[in-house]
Amino acid sequence: MPRLISALAAGVLFGLGLTVSHMIDPAKVLGFLDIAGDWDPSLACVMLGALIVVTPTYVLAGRLDAPLCAATFSPPTATRVDRRLVAGALLFGVGWGLVGYCPGPALASVGIGGGRTLLFIAAMLMGMAVFAGISRDRAPSVLHRESARQL
Amino acid sequence: MSNFTPVSSLLGGLLIGLAAALLWLANGRIAGISGIVGNLPSARTGDVAWRISFLAGLILAPLGYAALAGTPVVRLDASAPILIAGGLLVGFGTRLGGGCTSGHGVCGMARFSRRSIVATCLFMAAGFVTVFVMRHIVGS
Repeated sequence: MPRLISALAAGVLFGLGLTVSHMIDPAKVLGFLDIAGDWDPSLACVMLGALIVVTPTYVLAGRLDAPLCAATFSPPTATRVDRRLVAGALLFGVGWGLVGYCPGPALASVGIGGGRTLLFIAAMLMGMAVFAGISRDRAPSVLHRESARQL
Repeated sequence: MSNFTPVSSLLGGLLIGLAAALLWLANGRIAGISGIVGNLPSARTGDVAWRISFLAGLILAPLGYAALAGTPVVRLDASAPILIAGGLLVGFGTRLGGGCTSGHGVCGMARFSRRSIVATCLFMAAGFVTVFVMRHIVGS
């Protein structure tokens, strides 16, 4: 139960952060990506603000044996810069640039953005499902090899 | 830079940072939205509830903000076909690349992960190029 409360609180803080910083607004995000237009560096300030908090937290958490409400820390296991990472980041960037939504703001604005936001989210979940379908069909050894090496 | 909002952006960023710090210190989890959502269908039984709990908070917070301080602006100008294409690319790309703006851009960068630094540079570059093409070449 503590795990669910902390997750809920983290979600609330995350959603508030996206709202306060206006990152919930795709036009604001596109203003950051439009370097040749009336450039809006706000998104960089958002990342800076987040990094100021998160970077020391990860360093200090290294002294803990376990998180406060769970048995173990679950860091990402992949370490290699591979073709999947490169291709995935590029495809994501194109989609992000087309609409101005990445997954966090899209989901955070589901109750505010109306039908067009719902259409984007439906397509995004479809894209995630297509990926899940492809990775299930491919030999599991490929996925295992890529995530086998621990940090 | 007529739309630059440094103070509210920094403040919002600090809140996002607190969210990621809390999820790591309390639950030992990375606050990567695409991973939290994308792994939901395949997650083991004990690994599902916290994801739903986090997403509930993420969705309810802007609604709470709207009730107290007025509805936040959400300007979504893309046409339906572009929304669908963009959504498919964002969904598929973030899963293939193992993260999005939050997982790679915030949490991964904070861990000095080489994968996340490369991914963040690439999705930003792709975003810059896409907006340039759409606004200044196709749109002009």
